Amino acid sequence: MIEAQSLTKRYGDKLAVDDLSFTVESGRVTGFLGPNGAGKSTTMRMMLGLDNPTSGTVTIGGKRYAELHHPLRTVGALLDARWVHPNRSARAHLSWMAKSNKISPKRVDEVLDIVGLSEVASKRAGGFSLGMSQRLGIAGALLGDPEVLLFDEPVNGLDPEGILWIRKFMQRLADEGRTVFVSSHLLSEMALTATDLVVIGKGKLISQSTTEEFVARATDSTVKVRSPHLDRLRPALDRVGATVTTTDDGLLVAGVAGEKIGELAMENQVTLHELAPQQGSLEQAFMQITGDSVEYHADLETEAAEQPAGHAAVTN
Amino acid sequence: MTLLAVERIKLLSTRSPWWCALTALVLTGGFTALVVSQSNAQFPATVSATQYAYSFGMAVIMVLATLAVTTEYRFGTIRTTFQAVPNRAAALAAKATVVALIALVIGEIMAFLSWGMATLIQPEADLALNSTADWINVAGVGPACALAAVVAMAVGILVRHSAGAISLVLIYFLAAENLVTLIPGIGADIFKWLPFNVLHKFVTGDGESAGGATYGQPLSTSTLSPWWALAYFAGFAVVLLAIAITTARKRDA
Repeated sequence: MIEAQSLTKRYGDKLAVDDLSFTVESGRVTGFLGPNGAGKSTTMRMMLGLDNPTSGTVTIGGKRYAELHHPLRTVGALLDARWVHPNRSARAHLSWMAKSNKISPKRVDEVLDIVGLSEVASKRAGGFSLGMSQRLGIAGALLGDPEVLLFDEPVNGLDPEGILWIRKFMQRLADEGRTVFVSSHLLSEMALTATDLVVIGKGKLISQSTTEEFVARATDSTVKVRSPHLDRLRPALDRVGATVTTTDDGLLVAGVAGEKIGELAMENQVTLHELAPQQGSLEQAFMQITGDSVEYHADLETEAAEQPAGHAAVTN
Repeated sequence: MTLLAVERIKLLSTRSPWWCALTALVLTGGFTALVVSQSNAQFPATVSATQYAYSFGMAVIMVLATLAVTTEYRFGTIRTTFQAVPNRAAALAAKATVVALIALVIGEIMAFLSWGMATLIQPEADLALNSTADWINVAGVGPACALAAVVAMAVGILVRHSAGAISLVLIYFLAAENLVTLIPGIGADIFKWLPFNVLHKFVTGDGESAGGATYGQPLSTSTLSPWWALAYFAGFAVVLLAIAITTARKRDA
């Protein structure tokens, strides 16, 4: 289990991470979501003891990273696939890492095999494509057969094949009972891989919940109504406290379920031409929540509803 | 021991140390061959003269030592290192030890290659290593290079950028110390205590090695005895490394 408590990191007068507290449960894939520059990488570097927190702590299984004996055997991490000397071979890179934590040299060939780099193991890492570097980084993370794995934006810049490979790989790691903490700025990606989500914006925690909960809360918010008798329906909606926005060809109603609107229409003898729940794309919803201000956090549902999010989006 | 093995794998699995070693050998060997082959009655080949070029080789070794740490910062492998070995002091001390040992080996090969070539080129000249001073003049190049490498590595840790660190090390070693002598009055007194001038004292002594006084390298102005000179420079290297390691421990990697 990973536990961050009031983690804060200040660079000059900029707060990169601001009083961040969250927990990552064992044996699950937890997504670490936030826009670029939200402080995800800084947080992960603090988890590995690379950056010193200005205040607060982060522990892995109750211990600070520096207190772990042979840390690669407990925590495997891929923060940046380019952290390899370009003139060193993949095997040499993994060999020194293995040696440093007293991991058997046989394991180097094993992990090279797992990520599919056996054939290029003695080629210099500088000639690797991004996808291959990413695989080498993952091989390094798996080297100590660790219980906890940290990945920072592992699918960034990968082609679809690479993305699919990584996605399946994460799920496999979780199926093996490992704790996976993976950051991304793409909610759609996280919705496919993570069961839990820690969402941050501008260094602050926005929410911690299951992915299902977050996606539901973020997207299921408005209903589109088309009717020739809007003048009669509108006052009825206002009376039940719905938030109504007029659009080109109808109304966007928030705060009231579709069923309730149907009943209101019936009571008021209104003909409905359309009654459709709107689901914004995950990305749109995510942008609304993490957008320019973390104040969205306080009033997530109403704020999200007031935005005509579903207007341009795909209707389900 | 594990950490020493780690640093050895890291250093020797890249090309730059090999190129630097080769450069150091070619540079010193070549220069010595030129000097010794042109020797005559006026400028006879002496034990001291075979080591004329050691400071060129030492400069190259210092580049090697600086690069050993700045490339780790350049390519981010220092972070992987600290991730694998969170005890930064231990990791960097191990690196310094490995770099010093490699510098020692290159330094010795360099010194004895130069001396050996001289005995082949001028078999008639008196190049036998008879006295302690003769031995230090040749074999002392190795330890001198090892300690100079530690200094260069410490600068590398502090500066982190290859170009900046190498410029700083080379400009200081090749020019800045000598410029101090130009300060009127106190310049010469300060120069007596500057580290590389003192280190040179260890290698040359007061010119006791065969032909050292008249037909050898320019002598150091340090007033320390050779062994105290070595201890002085070793102290300088250790203090600089300690400052560098303390800084690296506090800094974000």
